[in-house]
Amino acid sequence: MTVQAISPDYHGSMKDSVEHFHGQQLLNIGWDQHLMFATPLCIPVPPGMPFGALVQQVLPGLYGQHPQFAQIDWAATEWLRSGERFTPAMDQSLADNGLGHKAVLRFRTPGLAGLAGAAF
Amino acid sequence: MNPATLTPTAEAAKTAARKLSLKENYALLTRDLGWEPSYQKPEDVFRHAQFEGIKIHDWEQWEDPFRLTMDAYWKYQGEKERKLYAILDAFQQNNAQFNVSDVRYVQALKLFINGVVGMEYASHRGFNIIGREFPGTAARIAAQMQAIDELRHAQTQTHALSHYSKYFAGMSEFPHQYDRTWYLSIPKSFFEDAVSSGPFEFVVGICFAFEYVLTNLVFMPWMSGAAYNGDMSTVSFGFSAQSDEARHMTLGIEVIKFLLEQDPANVPIVQGWIDKWFWRGYRLLSLVAAMMDYMLPKRVMSWAEAWEIYYEQNGGALFADLARYGIRPPRHADVTVKEKAHVSHQLWSTFYQFRHAAGFAVWLPSQDEQQWLSAKYPDTFDRYYRPRYAHWAALEAAGTPFANATLPQLCQVCQWPLLFTEPDDPTQICYREESYLGEKFHCCSDGCREIFAKEPQKYVHAHLPVHQIYQGSYFLPDVNPGAPGFNPLVEALRYMGITAGVDGGSFHGHVDAQNWERWTQRPASMHDPMQSAPQPTPQAATPPPPHTPPHTAPQTPPQRQPA
Amino acid sequence: MTTTTATPPAAVRTSQQPVFIALQANNDTLPIVQAIAADNPLAVVDELPGLVKLTAPGRLRVCRASIEEAMGRAFDLREVHIHLVSLSGEIDETDDEFTLLWRAA
Repeated sequence: MTVQAISPDYHGSMKDSVEHFHGQQLLNIGWDQHLMFATPLCIPVPPGMPFGALVQQVLPGLYGQHPQFAQIDWAATEWLRSGERFTPAMDQSLADNGLGHKAVLRFRTPGLAGLAGAAF
Repeated sequence: MNPATLTPTAEAAKTAARKLSLKENYALLTRDLGWEPSYQKPEDVFRHAQFEGIKIHDWEQWEDPFRLTMDAYWKYQGEKERKLYAILDAFQQNNAQFNVSDVRYVQALKLFINGVVGMEYASHRGFNIIGREFPGTAARIAAQMQAIDELRHAQTQTHALSHYSKYFAGMSEFPHQYDRTWYLSIPKSFFEDAVSSGPFEFVVGICFAFEYVLTNLVFMPWMSGAAYNGDMSTVSFGFSAQSDEARHMTLGIEVIKFLLEQDPANVPIVQGWIDKWFWRGYRLLSLVAAMMDYMLPKRVMSWAEAWEIYYEQNGGALFADLARYGIRPPRHADVTVKEKAHVSHQLWSTFYQFRHAAGFAVWLPSQDEQQWLSAKYPDTFDRYYRPRYAHWAALEAAGTPFANATLPQLCQVCQWPLLFTEPDDPTQICYREESYLGEKFHCCSDGCREIFAKEPQKYVHAHLPVHQIYQGSYFLPDVNPGAPGFNPLVEALRYMGITAGVDGGSFHGHVDAQNWERWTQRPASMHDPMQSAPQPTPQAATPPPPHTPPHTAPQTPPQRQPA
Repeated sequence: MTTTTATPPAAVRTSQQPVFIALQANNDTLPIVQAIAADNPLAVVDELPGLVKLTAPGRLRVCRASIEEAMGRAFDLREVHIHLVSLSGEIDETDDEFTLLWRAA
């Protein structure tokens, strides 16, 4: 971690730290094996939003166009936080579930591995 | 300075110049024009030559292989310009913009004017800076010539494409779009990263890693493709620029050998820059993969074939040669080989679903184009990508086309959305995460993650359009985010200079497609004649933004008014 | 002031790695391509839309005398810049010859 710079204490400003987002934080979300959504999505969320509200109120708007979305068994869904499996508490906030600013939340839906056998 | 080398009269100078060999002429230019500072310390004159850790013992060893002198430079550059502008004149006088294969091809030119021209200008700035910074005279002269070249490229490209802009949408706001459009932050950030580096990193990154190792992919197969699609304007400015690039490439390899020969301590520093700028350049050029495989109506070769010729074979020869200095091929070159059969399809899928936010029209490949893709990508296209297009085509046919209305997660370094899959698993998006000072940062690949990890102090400062939109900085001054019905994404597009359905959107029913058929009586897509059948376009009722020519389809194409 | 390279290119042992030169396909380059092809029997000539690419193992020579012979006029090797699209290999240029080469390891 050594940048070579003209001034020894050079440091770019933290452009995207949480205080720039007017009380919201950023959450990155990806549905594994569903590349109809070609990239993970980035949304602003209130840190106090319950995890269950994210699942029930936010995800349908993001992923509802996928034919497999309606078939998801949320009880069987696997969740990953920064690539590590974890069990979210549905009634607790995103922050309390360890999903801070710019966290990456991924989910896997057993039995639903995308369309055409191509993770689409 | 040796007074004996000063010639007393212009006449004598001419006589003397005629007798000089190429090498003597070059030596006079690059050695006798330099001088030792007498009342300032050299390190105060060349303030940025030390801090990167590069050690130069003898600048006299620098030798430009072409040994280009100013008289030859102006003479041949002038000749290139005359040839180029003769062709541009002929092109414009003959309305040759209507002789290209179809108007899908023109969509690729929008990427050129909005993305590449800004890079040329940024490169010009960078070479001006190092044309001042290098302590060696010959190196400064080479950089100054290149600065003029890069400015020439920006100008000739603008001139050539301005003619297209009279007839087609999406090209008229190119400096504005370069600075603000989300995916154009990819080229913009690339050059700003380079220009804000030290002089040695800049020259290694741009002249060597980018120009020598990578830009053949743009200017050989892509420009040959322009020729194949009947665009003699673009092929002319492309080859005219590339004739300069060929000189820049030789500068690139000279730079590398010079640095490596000057001091063994330079080797690991240079290797680090090769690793970084090869990966940065490769990610940037992924755009060309989509242009070659999807946007050329008549195709010359696939991205995978071009990568094999211009990186695997030519790059292989280059790095075999550099092994004598202890230089190895760039890190993650193996990943580029694994990605070559995927990257264009993954990019096109991304542009398709974000087409409402693109500055060019996007379409699904036709059946015969998919056959070509299948033949060129036998191991990947039918298995992974054809099903996508089949699904999306069915949705279009049903009148419920697929679009992704949510903003993508971006890579902190290359600024592409995280659209690339794991090198060994095309079903899994590649996520890489770093922490720095308690903040999370995300990258699209190990290549980008390592670049971040090496200089986090620099990349925390990245201007990521998606994050800027959410911060509220991507709105015009007349916007009131508190107003009823406020839609931040619509306002962000306005800030970027993109009018959905005019600049970009679906090719189906796009204003360019409609005008093309009306003006040329030929299908807007040579592969899919039905796809461009005029549709009711709600955008047509929207007045065009200021400074944009009216694209709402007059019955005849605009003509130059008599004086 | 030194103006000569350490080793003249003709004496350099080369590898078999490919070098290439690509020129615009136009009337001016027809005799140039012809001359290069004649001087380099191992060169492969690829004609692509708009350009001609000559690839050869290890070394490719562009000789002023041969081009002048093919053109029927005097030729300054630097005129190649007007038509050049791209190249690969280490360069050595004199008034009489322009050589692309990869040295043997």
